Parts: sequence; structure tokens; C-alpha cells
Amino acid sequence: MIVTENFRIALRALWANKMRSMLTTLGIIIGVAAVIGVVSIVQGLQVLLTRQFEGLGANFMIVQPRQQFSGPGMVQKPVRLTWDDGLAIRDAVAGIDMITPQMFGSSQAKYRDRAHGTFVIGVNQDWPEVHDFSVEIGRFFNKVDLDRRQKVAVVGLDVVDELRLGNPIGKEMTLGTLPVTIVGVMEKKGQSLGQNLDDLVFVPFETALGIFGRRAAEQVQLRLRTTSTNNVDQVREEIRQLLRRRHQIVGDDPDDFQIIVQDEILEQTTQLLGTVTFVVAGIVGIALLVGGIGIMNIMLVSVTERTREIGIRKSVGARRQDILLQFLIEAVTLSLLGGAIGLALGYGIGRLATNLIPGDLPPAVVPLWAIALAFGFSTAVGVFFGIYPASKAARLDPIDALRYE
Amino acid sequence: MALIKLQAVRKIYEVGTETVRALDGVDLEIQRGGYVAIMGASGSGKSTLMNVVGCLDRPTTGSYVLNGTAVEELSDDELAAVRNREIGFVFQTFNLLARTKALANVELPLTYAGVSRKERRERAADALERVGLADRMNHQTNELSGGQRQRVAVARALVNNPSILLADEPTGNLDSATSNEIMALFDKLHLTGNTVLLVTHEPDIAEHSHRQIVLHDGKLVEDRKTPR
Ligand SMILES: Nc1ncnc2c1ncn2[C@@H]1O[C@H](COP(=O)(O)OP(=O)(O)O)[C@@H](O)[C@H]1O
Ligand SMILES: [Mg+2]
Repeated sequence: MIVTENFRIALRALWANKMRSMLTTLGIIIGVAAVIGVVSIVQGLQVLLTRQFEGLGANFMIVQPRQQFSGPGMVQKPVRLTWDDGLAIRDAVAGIDMITPQMFGSSQAKYRDRAHGTFVIGVNQDWPEVHDFSVEIGRFFNKVDLDRRQKVAVVGLDVVDELRLGNPIGKEMTLGTLPVTIVGVMEKKGQSLGQNLDDLVFVPFETALGIFGRRAAEQVQLRLRTTSTNNVDQVREEIRQLLRRRHQIVGDDPDDFQIIVQDEILEQTTQLLGTVTFVVAGIVGIALLVGGIGIMNIMLVSVTERTREIGIRKSVGARRQDILLQFLIEAVTLSLLGGAIGLALGYGIGRLATNLIPGDLPPAVVPLWAIALAFGFSTAVGVFFGIYPASKAARLDPIDALRYE
Repeated sequence: MALIKLQAVRKIYEVGTETVRALDGVDLEIQRGGYVAIMGASGSGKSTLMNVVGCLDRPTTGSYVLNGTAVEELSDDELAAVRNREIGFVFQTFNLLARTKALANVELPLTYAGVSRKERRERAADALERVGLADRMNHQTNELSGGQRQRVAVARALVNNPSILLADEPTGNLDSATSNEIMALFDKLHLTGNTVLLVTHEPDIAEHSHRQIVLHDGKLVEDRKTPR
């Protein structure tokens, strides 16, 4: 007998016990929904992170202070990382193309009667090139501005809008209490990891100290680019040795700074996401196992309930394989139904999650392999757990089956 | 050549320490076109004989040749094929699929015979027409009366043009008026060339047949022509 015929019989039998079929597939639904939900979120995150850091290039590096966790009673040494460290690195370490300090903080920007809470970022003239940002209108500040401690600023597009600056070049606004002259507008960059890159005001590093205070200069970030992607490891190690000497860290004492390179960020996030996926896969495996046992259970009940039907079918000429196929297809249909519902549910969860998480997460991505995997697993579960009840049905003696009360 | 030929057929059940000889050395020949009633007290082995003849059950010993085929040599699947092609069974309890249309029930043997859907539909409709149920084809079996259900069962039995129609107390669950209708149906089917084998313990039902066989404790004790 042909498969489509059995498929129709299966659908009819499942439809006759709608509620039971639904509850039976719950395990499969949950399992597949979890896979698809997590895969879609993880894929989205991966796409996002990759896009984020790949743009910076493999020769990009961040040096930042790292607070040590110390035991109780131990004296906490203040963690310092200054632009003097940065200058020392620039002068002593070979293979550095550009290096900029970066100081970051919030401030109130005012223009005439408009005020807008924004972020001020104190850097030097190399920052745009280090980060691959460019200026849309006007110019970025240059070395002369820095040396003369000019009170100039370059603003993001959102700041222009919020303060209704119109053509901002040459206009004077205040940051906190400090008046600055706008010399340029940055190109549009959009959102990144929850940070609006268009809502920034760039000022010369020394000028930023006037806003944030001298103490802020003791914990800055250094951002740099090496001359080549091949010398990243070497530069990194030289910076590390230099900073340990300058910070008087000896022996086995841990660094009080952290050097981050792009490869590592990507590797770490990929590793983290891999772990998440792995854990979820374990949970899903258990859910599918439970779901499969549920299917086996309900199929055994179904075979017993329908013993007479099996007898009738055999009495009019059904062979073992016909009965086997009928119940096997019923089990597979059941688990595939669960797979399909789980797929839709998981996709929904993925979409919901990406909408709820702030920032511009890309839309949930359900890769084709995940769909294939979901259906493949459902089918396998259906076959694996359906074969025993089905063969039990197929082996029934026609007379015994017909007599069954 | 006889359509059915049983020789020294025994069917023995071991129940605990006891041995039940449901059939105890039955020799029987039935010709094509025959109309035979099997009679006997309850427990005399009538159903067992029907199940053996209908290839639902195998004799413990003895030989059975159906339409030239030695049945005891066949595998389970080959027996299924014989049931499908050669046998049309009608049971006392109807044995229809519940919550299933009359038409689908009648189609069942054709489904397992591998007949296409369209042809199945046509032949099943035709069979239902022959038993007078043309207007009930799309009713579910549980929406039908006992007599109508048995008609559906008869239609299912004859839809694949089998060599024999077997009926095990087909009127056992029916009132006398309905019983007469069903028997009229068997009479008609016999007249149109079908071989009919019928179990009953009611003499007036057996009157419809041309030959009456009586079983007692698994032995064939009487074989006579129905007096006219
Ligand atoms: N599966 C079985 N196991 C044991 N004994 C059986 C079985 N089937 C039938 N019998 C016995 O075989 C005898 C004949 O049964 P059956 O053919 O059903 O009688 P009838 O149809 O004439 O009433 C009975 O004694 C019955 O108890
Ligand atoms: Mg009986």
C-alpha cells in the first residue's frame, strides 16, 4: 500500500484524538522550539558581533585598565593607565602605526535655549583613522588644535538634530560649562552594541580633561593600530612588558591592564555562543527523548485501543508491512507535526527576543540547516520510538485481534 | 475440482493442562457455486472451521486446498493476499471501522489490493448499490442501523470479487425482519454465481442454503441436502 494512503489514515487517526495528539507532541514542540529559538538568537548575535569587530580590522587593539580583585584585608593598589603610558608605548614599541587615548563620559550639551544630554569623547587627531570613521562636514581636529588646547568639537548627526544646530560649522555650544566651537560633523554610523554612535561629541583629549577633571586622566583607554596584521602578537607582548615595568608589576603579579585584539574578541564570543548552543543542545536532547518516549507511549496505547481495527484490516488482506507502515507513519506524522509547530514557535521566540533586547540586533535568523535539523530530528524520533509499537501491531494474530474486546 | 478441500483438519488448543479439540479431523469438499450452511451447538467448532476456511487461522494438522492452492504452505503475508483476493468475510458483529464512512469501509480490501483511488471509489459505490445502500454511502458506520451495517459488511466482502463469501452467524445480532432481508441478499448473491458458506444455529436461516453440515465437538456428524 502506498505511503500517501497511510499518511491520510494517520492524519485521520490523529485528528480523531486532537487533544491527545497535541499533548503527546509537546515534548517535541518544546525541544524543537528551544533549538530554533536559541539558534536564531545566537546566529543573530554572531552576525552582529562579527560585523562589529571585523570592521575594525585585525590590527586594531585596545589597552584598558583592569581592576584587580583582591582578597579581604589586602591593600588595593590604585589602577592607573594614562596617556603618558600611551606616549611611552608610541615611542618605545616598534610597529605601531597610530595610537590615540580615549576618555568617555556623559555631559550636557547646550546651544542657545536647547540642551541635550550626550556623550563626550576625548581623543587625539588619530582617532577617526584608528576607528575607520570619517568626517562628513568640516574637519576633525588636528595636531595643532591639540597642542594649543583649542576648545573645538566635532559632533554626531543626532547632536546636530537635538540642538537644532542647522549648519553647525563655526557655531559655539557649551559642554557642561565649557564653551567649544564646532569644526566638523561625523558621518552617520547608527547603533552599535546598544550605543548610539551618532550621539557623540568629540573633543581634543586635553580639552576633555577640562570637562571631566584631572583625575579622569588616570584611567584612560588606549586605542591603536599596528603597522601590519602580522606583528599584532609581538606588539602586544612588547606593550605588556613595557606597561608592567612602568606600573612596577613584578614576578607573578597579574597585569593591572588588559590588551584586547579583534581576533580574541571574536574567538571569545564565538566560544561563548558555542557553549550556549552546546548547553541548549543538551536540554533539547533530553526534551526530544522525553517527547519520543511520549510518542512511544501513546502509540502503544493507540495500538491496544485499535487492536480490533488491526484485526479488521488484516482480515481483508492487510499484510504485516501494511500495518507496520501505517503505525510508523502515524508516529512520524505525530513527531513531524510537533517539529513544525516547534519550528514556528521557536521562530516566534527568536523574533520576540530580538525585539525585546535593546540595540539594533539583526532580525532572528533561522538558517536552513536548523530547519533541516529540526525536521530530521523529529523524523528520527518518530521512527525510533514508533518502530516498537508499530511492529507490535504488525505482529498481531488476525484472530486474536478480531476477538479483542 | 472442488473449490474448497479439507482433509483430516484438526485445530487443537492447549488451555492450561486441558486440550480443546475445536476441530477434530474434518474432511470437507465444497464446489464452486455452492450454498452451504454450517450448523451445530455453541462451542461445536463452527467459527473455528470458518476461520480456517477463510485463511484467518491455520489448522494444527491436516491439509487445506483452496482453489488449487495448498494453504498450509503459505506465509503469513501470502495468506493475507489470499484473504484479500479469494475470501469475503461477514461477521456476526459486523467488524466495520468505526467513525469511518460506509464507502471507505467497503474500499478497504481494494486499498490493500493496490487499486487506484478512483477505481476504488467506483467499485465500492457499485458494491454498496448491489446491497441496496446507494443512499447511505457517505454515512459514518455508527450512523447506520444494524441491518445497514451488515449490508455494508456484505458489500465489503464482495467488492473484490472473491471466490467465496463466508458469513459467521451474519444474522445473529439482527431482528427477524432484518435477518430476512440479509438472507435475501445472500440468496441473490448465490443466484448471481457466488459461493456462499454460512454459519448459523437457526434452522430457518439454514433453510436458505442447499446443503447443511452439522458439527459436534469438532467432528462433522451430518452432511445433507436441504429438503425442498
Ligand atoms: N483461542 C482459543 N483458545 C482456546 N480455546 C478456544 C479458542 N478458540 C476457540 N476455542 C474453543 O474451541 C471450541 C470451538 O469454538 P468455536 O469454533 O468458537 O465454536 P462455535 O463457533 O461453534 O460456537 C470451543 O470449545 C472454544 O472454547
Ligand atoms: Mg461461533
